[in-house]
Amino acid sequence: MKTLILLIIIWPLIGFLINGLFGKWTKNYAGVIASSALGLSFLSAVYPMWQVILGNIYDYVYFVWMPFGEINIPFGLRLDSLSTVMLFVVTFVSWMIHIYSNGYMKGDPGYARYFTYLNLFVFSMLLLILGNNYLLMFVGWEGVGLCSYLLIGFWYDKKTASDAGEKAFVVNRIGDAGFIIGVLFILFNFNSVAYADVFPFVHQILTPETATIIGLALFLGAMGKSAQFPLYIWLTDAMEGPTPVSSLIHAATMVTAGVYMVARSNAIYDMSPIAMEVVASVGAFTAFYAATMALTHKDIKRILAYSTLSQLGYMFIGVGVGVYWAGIFHLMTHAFFKGLLFLGAGAVMHSMRGLLSIDLMGGLRKKMPQTVALMVIASLAIAGIPPFAGFFSKDAILAGALEMGHPIIWIVGEITAFMTAFYMFRFVFNVFYGEEKVPNLYHELHTHEAPKVMTIPMWILGVLSIIGGWVGLHISGEIPIEAFIARTAPTLEVASKAHYSEALLIGISVCMGLLGIFTAWVIYIKKWITADTIANTFRPIYTLLANTYYVDKFVYFFIVKPFWWVSEYFLWKIVDVKIIDAGVDLFGWISKRIGWLFRTLQTGFVNHYAYWISIGVMLLTSWYLIKII
Amino acid sequence: MLAAYMFVSVLLFAIGATGAMIRRNFLIVLMSLELMINGAGMALIVMSYYIGDISGQVMFLFVAAVAASETAVGLAIVAMMYKNKKSVDINDFTALRK
Repeated sequence: MKTLILLIIIWPLIGFLINGLFGKWTKNYAGVIASSALGLSFLSAVYPMWQVILGNIYDYVYFVWMPFGEINIPFGLRLDSLSTVMLFVVTFVSWMIHIYSNGYMKGDPGYARYFTYLNLFVFSMLLLILGNNYLLMFVGWEGVGLCSYLLIGFWYDKKTASDAGEKAFVVNRIGDAGFIIGVLFILFNFNSVAYADVFPFVHQILTPETATIIGLALFLGAMGKSAQFPLYIWLTDAMEGPTPVSSLIHAATMVTAGVYMVARSNAIYDMSPIAMEVVASVGAFTAFYAATMALTHKDIKRILAYSTLSQLGYMFIGVGVGVYWAGIFHLMTHAFFKGLLFLGAGAVMHSMRGLLSIDLMGGLRKKMPQTVALMVIASLAIAGIPPFAGFFSKDAILAGALEMGHPIIWIVGEITAFMTAFYMFRFVFNVFYGEEKVPNLYHELHTHEAPKVMTIPMWILGVLSIIGGWVGLHISGEIPIEAFIARTAPTLEVASKAHYSEALLIGISVCMGLLGIFTAWVIYIKKWITADTIANTFRPIYTLLANTYYVDKFVYFFIVKPFWWVSEYFLWKIVDVKIIDAGVDLFGWISKRIGWLFRTLQTGFVNHYAYWISIGVMLLTSWYLIKII
Repeated sequence: MLAAYMFVSVLLFAIGATGAMIRRNFLIVLMSLELMINGAGMALIVMSYYIGDISGQVMFLFVAAVAASETAVGLAIVAMMYKNKKSVDINDFTALRK
């Protein structure tokens, strides 16, 4: 079993090495190699996951990674119920997206490079979720950040893409600084970073104050990686990368790392009501805030990006109010349906030759019936319509928030659910239904259904988007997924749980979803009220939303610009030129002067040399004679 | 008597050293060097005789051998210098300064 668990992370590494070192020769087989590496990884994971479901926990140390003093940081992998859920999501969804990429990236000059990065990403992600200590998690954390940067800027000759990659990297750095501070606090307090040495002793070692500091510092890391307000600004620009990358990294797996980390650190968060309150509030705010921005965007990938932000907010509500299982459950279902939505958007882009605006599309259902069916499934799932996957997880989060005594968050969540349904079906109705908006465009572009290598993985994710939530059904008095995740991340215990009628809550959630879909149907299909009328009525709000609250401009003028100014006029023109360069020049100048002194001795006349030699001999002899006398 | 012999030897050395420092013809410089060596050699022989130890005279044989080989090399250098610049004036050979 020890080897088998190690193999899970080794396969993508092998794939990475083959394609990375021999990409020139693997060429068109790069995709096959990378996909098989992932397939093998998933197959290696099946048996260990099954054993965990049966009740085992594995925690193996392979070698001591960093021994210093009394602290030994091990390289160890841990497989428990929490990492099992993540493991399934990461290996399986990644596998599907690898297969899909074979079709999507076909003919790209960077084909092998793409799969190299993708395999490296999966390796890092697996290290993040399977590592048995915080430092190993941090290695994976940075690794996925690196791959995210590389893949966003994959088409590096496009200025916007390389800028977006840079932006993602820089913004993530802010969060990562918080994360490493949190890890150092843990190291100081526990003399270890291994989960097994930390969580059982939280109550003996930490005071609520230190728990709050650690919790907030770690959450800063989560805000960066999982794109929560205000560190979300990189995620929408990250859509410059290839669409399967958006699907895998910026929707299904990497961005959920923060949620996983908070759920993993549940023992620490349980001790600090303040930290949890912050997590839940930031989550709720981001959920609402991002959903409003998704309402007005016309770029299909950006709509999905804002929707991802919003759904990540939901997950943070889940882990923030203490129902960790609901957050992780939503993470899982979200990986299925959001992964699928992005793959669908990719299929649309693929057949539209990279066009993104919903204004150019419409009536695509005649051209790509399979994609449309899948997109509708995924949209129903995200809108929270039973029996699709998203319904169960979203309902679990919202019900949990209410039970734990956060009615305001519940209200915000329900309004967001309405908006979610609305913007998703705005997307679906605009792109797939109605009439062709630009005549003959499809004919010119030869718009067609995606090839099988793309549709089959989509169908598999589509099936999971339907049935993936059924593990959240009540079966003989308990919810299987709740019982399973609660083994590792038990739900927060509160003195008094509020009780509400479950049927009523479900009813409200479903109504919100249906209302959203109905509103979209009224506006975009029936056109009883046109979108333009609404936009004109609420012109200021519309402008605000369409400009994404001017946050990017704000950041540009108040953070980036001053930063450049300080860099240019202080760091460059004063510190660099006047201090560092001048200092270096000074040394050069000194050696030059000294050199000049001695250079004058070198006349080149042999007599002069003879003269200096005689002087030297005389001096030496005199010194010797004086000494012996 | 010793003082007179030593005086000659020092005189030889001093003439040689002065010549080596001030003359510009490389051949003369070489001759001056030879003078210096022989001045030193003479001191060796005189002292050896004076203290009754043969090793000083043996040493001079080695010095003479070294002086001979040095002259051989020196003359070869002069030949090459002349070949290159048609001159044996050492002030024409200042390339080391650059």
